[in-house]
Amino acid sequence: MSNTTPKRHLPDRLDSPLKAAFFSWPSLLLAVAVSIFIINSFASPYFLSPWALSDATFNFTEKAIIALAMALLIISGEIDISVAGIIAISSTMMGVALQFGADTPTLVIVGMLTGLICGAFNGALVTKLGLPSIVVTIGTMSLFRGISFIILGDKAYKGYPESFAYFGQGYVYWVISFEFVLFLGLALVYYVLLHKTNFGRYIYAIGNNPIAAQFSGVRVARVKFVLFCLTGIMAGVAAVLLTSRLGSTRPSIARGWELEVITMVVLGGINILGGSGTIQGTVIAAFIMGLVTFGLGLLNVPGIVMSIIIGALLIGVIALPTLLNMLRERLKK
Amino acid sequence: MNILKKLAAATALTALVLGAAPAFAETKIALVVKALGNGFFDAAAKGAEDAAKELGDVTVIYTGPTSATAEGQIEIINALIAQQVNAIAISANDPDALVPVLKKAMSRGITVISWDSGVAAEGRQMHLNPSDTDLIGSTIFKLAADYLPDGGEVAILSASSTAANQNSWIDAGKAALPTMFPKLTLVATVYGDDDSVKSTDEAKGLIASYPNLKAIIAPTTVGVVAAAQVVTDMGLIGKINVTGLALPSEFKQFIDNGSSKAVALWNPIDLGYSAVYIAHALANGTEAKPGVTLSIGHVGEITLDDTNSAAMAAPFTFDASNIEEFSKIY
Repeated sequence: MSNTTPKRHLPDRLDSPLKAAFFSWPSLLLAVAVSIFIINSFASPYFLSPWALSDATFNFTEKAIIALAMALLIISGEIDISVAGIIAISSTMMGVALQFGADTPTLVIVGMLTGLICGAFNGALVTKLGLPSIVVTIGTMSLFRGISFIILGDKAYKGYPESFAYFGQGYVYWVISFEFVLFLGLALVYYVLLHKTNFGRYIYAIGNNPIAAQFSGVRVARVKFVLFCLTGIMAGVAAVLLTSRLGSTRPSIARGWELEVITMVVLGGINILGGSGTIQGTVIAAFIMGLVTFGLGLLNVPGIVMSIIIGALLIGVIALPTLLNMLRERLKK
Repeated sequence: MNILKKLAAATALTALVLGAAPAFAETKIALVVKALGNGFFDAAAKGAEDAAKELGDVTVIYTGPTSATAEGQIEIINALIAQQVNAIAISANDPDALVPVLKKAMSRGITVISWDSGVAAEGRQMHLNPSDTDLIGSTIFKLAADYLPDGGEVAILSASSTAANQNSWIDAGKAALPTMFPKLTLVATVYGDDDSVKSTDEAKGLIASYPNLKAIIAPTTVGVVAAAQVVTDMGLIGKINVTGLALPSEFKQFIDNGSSKAVALWNPIDLGYSAVYIAHALANGTEAKPGVTLSIGHVGEITLDDTNSAAMAAPFTFDASNIEEFSKIY
């Protein structure tokens, strides 16, 4: 028996940067998105038309805009289930403002401000009282929508000004809608915020270990409060877009959207327990959801089957990296 | 042969096949319903297929969202616009929210009609009512009054609070209540959102809150089944009579066990059938304007009123004498 320990090689990285990029979540998602695009164009002769693709973007941009802020919130280890409720109350408040003769800029401000107030309310309950965010926002989900139902009952607000219709129905250039451009712009803003600023690093730190982050001088409560406010504002923006697209407000507006938003975030590779994930992944996941539902819609696949396919896709994409890793381990041996 | 070449060949072949398909003039009519998995709409789709067979050159696309939302229907309409269908016949989840997308459809040359649950006038060319609102409103209360000679408390279990058709029937019924059925007292109107779990909870709530309740009126096929099931389960058969609008096949057991004396409904098969006839006529050049008379095959004909709406027929009552026969049809 010899005492000399064998020399151990400790690499800087486990994989080469190229290999890491290739196996990363966004590239995997991109591959899925491209395959879905190709399958769709073969499955339906109507898919590859500029107007069809433009119409398809309307199916997911509003949800995707909320998903951007939701991604940050989930990375920090929190969640907001009340986003669809915020859309309902923001839209209702815009309707109320309309009754008082508000013009288009005022309507937009009212919508976003209502979203901000709701987000701040969620944030205050979570950070000041230390309540779990899932409990708080399940409560406010019913609270916000309930207020809309009290104000509106079975009535609807309609008669929004012509110029207000631009946000949800207008086109910036040819088939490129205002909604879509806004989504891409916001995606860029959120990319910079999460991946290029100190604030973004704080979000990851908090998601991985809030106590360690606190002791490292990160103001955990303040960062989380800001994230709830951001999610509220994004829900307010989505409310402006959706109200403009529908041209009316009812308390049942955007019912069930919270799950679709969270599905996008999880499909985008954000760890539901917090600590990891990227904006690129979330954006590509939004496209995947949009392409799958629109492609299946063109084939007149019933909605029930569509839900099954989305569910299978979610599980499949989540399981794929684990399966690939198992395969790599086996190949190494 | 490399992959690129194979791909190019496959693309060319696909284009050839697809290009050859629409050679003969065929009318594609989409029957868009509030939500799939609802017996009423499945029956309407059966009628639509019957009409398509009679007309010959018609293809019917039967579609709808999983849950009854306006947003879900908008996604479907976007897909139908992309498919360049000739006509869309829709039973709408919201009369206003669908207007912008249906206007877009019309601007791209698609005929749009609404049936069953209507769309605001600017979002469609005509609307086909299954029956007359006033007649349905008074019928649902009459069904309760017929079996309550001494009168009593009744309550309504409706679909969602935003459902246009249910609300208009209830309003019409309330208007008729003081003159036609003075002995009935309407104590509450609750909403089960056409969801069987929520409808069951609301029905239980009504029974708990109003101990003297004599009848539950549910003008929705989902709510009426939930209410009758609750009455059966709680052993209240004979004390509370469940009535309203029900599909005979789904509801037969409750007429049989006595939890309900009678229910009513128009014929959804005829409704889908008529919608396809009308959509076909309008897509092939007939103009929809007040006063125009359109044929709806074996159902008869309709005349458009000032708002470009028309009523198909009066609702039909099912009781112990005829439920057996109709439960086999729909």
